Amino acid sequence: MSLLTIRNLSVTFATASGPFRAVDGVDMTIAPGEVVGIVGESGSGKSVAMLGLMGLLPDSATVTADVISFEGRDMLKMSNRERRKIIGKDIAMIFQEPIASLNPCFTAGYQIGEALKTHLGLDKKAARRRTIELLSQVGIPEPERRMTAYPHQLSGGMSQRVMIAMAIACEPKLLIADEPTTALDVTIQAQILDLLLDLQRERGMAMILITHDMGVIAETAERVVVQYAGQQVERQSVANLFETPRHPYTSALLAAMPERARGGRLPTIPGVVPGQGDRPTACLFNPRCPKADERCRTVVPPRQPAELGEALCHYPVGADPRPPEAIPPGFGPLSRQPLEGGARASTIAPEVPGDAR
Amino acid sequence: MTAIVTAKNLSQIYELKRGMFAKPLALKAVKETSFTVEQGETLAIVGESGCGKSTLARMLTMIEPPTEGELTIDGIRIAEASDSDLKRLRSIVQIVFQNPYGALNPRQKVGAILEEPLKINTSLSAAERRERAEKMLAEVGLRPEHYGRYPHMFSGGQRQRIAIARAIMLEPKILVLDEPVSALDVSIQAQILNLLAELQERLGLTYIFISHDLSVVRHVATRVMVMYLGRPVEIAPVEELYANPLHPYTRALLAATPAARPGRRGARQRLTGELPSPINPPTGCAFHPRCPYADERTKRERPELTQHGKTMVACFAVDEGRLPPPDAAVVETPEPRA
Repeated sequence: MSLLTIRNLSVTFATASGPFRAVDGVDMTIAPGEVVGIVGESGSGKSVAMLGLMGLLPDSATVTADVISFEGRDMLKMSNRERRKIIGKDIAMIFQEPIASLNPCFTAGYQIGEALKTHLGLDKKAARRRTIELLSQVGIPEPERRMTAYPHQLSGGMSQRVMIAMAIACEPKLLIADEPTTALDVTIQAQILDLLLDLQRERGMAMILITHDMGVIAETAERVVVQYAGQQVERQSVANLFETPRHPYTSALLAAMPERARGGRLPTIPGVVPGQGDRPTACLFNPRCPKADERCRTVVPPRQPAELGEALCHYPVGADPRPPEAIPPGFGPLSRQPLEGGARASTIAPEVPGDAR
Repeated sequence: MTAIVTAKNLSQIYELKRGMFAKPLALKAVKETSFTVEQGETLAIVGESGCGKSTLARMLTMIEPPTEGELTIDGIRIAEASDSDLKRLRSIVQIVFQNPYGALNPRQKVGAILEEPLKINTSLSAAERRERAEKMLAEVGLRPEHYGRYPHMFSGGQRQRIAIARAIMLEPKILVLDEPVSALDVSIQAQILNLLAELQERLGLTYIFISHDLSVVRHVATRVMVMYLGRPVEIAPVEELYANPLHPYTRALLAATPAARPGRRGARQRLTGELPSPINPPTGCAFHPRCPYADERTKRERPELTQHGKTMVACFAVDEGRLPPPDAAVVETPEPRA
C-alpha cells in the first residue's frame, strides 16, 4: 500500500489582482522507503504544493484536493488536532534556509527537544538523552556542547544538520526536503545529501526531494516529477528522464545545462515562466516551446501513457505524431542532438513579449 | 597575448575590533596571491564561501585597495597611479554582482541606471546619452520601451541583463563577474551565459568570472584558479584542470559537484569537515585537516605554487610524487554529443 496518495491537489492564492492558481492538479503516490524528486524552476509551484500538504500556507491560500491520504487515512476529513499529530511526527519537512528556519532565541538542543516532548511525550531527561543521540547521528561532533549552541553560533552546514535532527526526531515515515542544500557549498552539499540518503536507507523512510538542480536529482532520486507553472508536465524514472525526456520542457531544461554542452553557445529556452498576468491558454509551455503549433495554443494537452513519461503534451519528444515536415523547427527529435535552427544557437534571444508587466 | 592584469603577492587583511583595549584580530581574507590575466581570456576564480574570491573582486575593481602587494591593470600600477589614471582605470574595469535584485536602484528607471555612468564620466548631451542607452538595451536583448521602466517590473534574468548593460556602458576592457548566474534558474542562466559569450566576442572583453559552480566554469573559462582560505591552490588551463586535477581540494570539489547523469553516485571520495576559520587558519598547508594525503610536513610548512606541466599547484604530495592519479569517476569525460 502506498504511504501517501495525493490526487488533483490545487492551491489558489487570493491576491489583490484576483485569484492565482500556483499549483494545478498535482497527483503523487509515494511508496514506503522511496525517494521521489520534484524538479522545476522558481515559480513552478513545487514548494507550494508540499506546503499545502503540510498545512503551512497562509490564510490567503485555498488548498483543494480529491484525495490526500496518508497510510490509508483521509487527511482531508481530519480535524486540525488529528492532522497535527501526523504532521511533524510521521511527515516532517526541512527547508532551504537552515539558519532562517531555526528560532534564533533558543538553543539547538531546546528546539529538538521540543518536538520530542510534544509528539513522544518524553520527559526532560529522556529528551536530553535522545537529543544527544540524534545530534551524533546527523554527524555533529561534540553533541553535548553543540546542544547548548544558539543558531547564530552554527555554520550553514551545521544548522542544516540540526534541522535534519529535528525532522527525524520522531522517526518520520516521510521526509519532505525543500531545497535542503541550495544555500550550502558543494562539499557541504555532498555531505548533507549523503547524510539524508543514509538516514533514508537505514530507517526505510520515504523522501520527497524538492530541488531546481538536475544534478542533485540525478544523484539521489529514483523517480522524478517535473513541474512547470504549477502543473506536473512529466513523471518518469530518473534513468529514463535523463536518457529520453518526453516533454519538450524537460528536454530543453536538460539541454540548457552547461554540463551537457561543450563550447559554443548553450541552447536556451526563450522567455520566462508565466506568472499571474500572462498565463497562456491551453498548454502552459506553448509560448516558449519551439515545436508548438495551433493545437497547443487552443487544446489543453492530454496526459500521455507511462511509456511516454506521462508527459502533459500533444507532441511528446520522440513520439511526435505529426509528419516530419509539419513539425516546426525546434529542439530536434532528441535533446542530445545538436540544437540548430529554432533553438537560437547564437543569437541573443530577445525576451518574449508580455513577460514584463 | 599580453597580461592585462598582474597581481603580485596581493593580500587583504581586515581588522576585527574586539573591544576598547583588546588588540584587534587580523582576518586575512586574501593572502599573498599572485596571478595574471591575459587580454581577451576568461579567468575563472573558484572556491567555497569564505575563500576570498569576492574580496579579490573588490580589489580588482578598486573598491578596496590591497593591504599588501602590487596590482597592475592595463599597464598602470594602482598604488602609484595618479588621480586621472585611476579615473581612467575605474571605467576600464567594471563589475556585475551576483544578486540582480539588490544591484539596481529600485527608484531609478532603467534609462537613468544606464545613463548614470555616462553622466559621471563623459560630457555627452542628454540626447546622445539616451541614444547610447537605447542602443545598449538592444545589445543585451531588451526592447527600447524598457527604457522608461523600473527594475521591479523585470524578471531576474532581465535584471541581470540590465546590470550587464550598465557595466559595459563605458566600454570597459575588463569585466569582473561575481557569481553572475548563481541566482538564476537553469534556462535563464543559459540565456545570460550566451549573452556574456556574445559580448566577449564582439567587444573583446576580458572576463574575471567568479563562481562556485564548476559546471558553469567549465563552460565559460579559459583558465581556472582554485582558491582555498585566501590562497590559490591550483591554477590551470580549463581542459587540464578537469582532465587532470592535481590538488586534493580541486579533486574534492569536482567529486562533490553533482553530475546530471544518474547512477554515477557512490564511488566517490567525500570531503569531511568544514572550511576552517580564516581568523585562525591551520598551520602549514591550510587544507591539511581535511586532506587525505596530509603528513607531518604539511602540518609544519606551507607549500608554494609550483609548475607541474601546464598546471601551477601548491601541494607537497604533488611535489613529492605521492599523489595517486585522479579518481576515474571524477574526471570521467562526458559522452560526446552526437
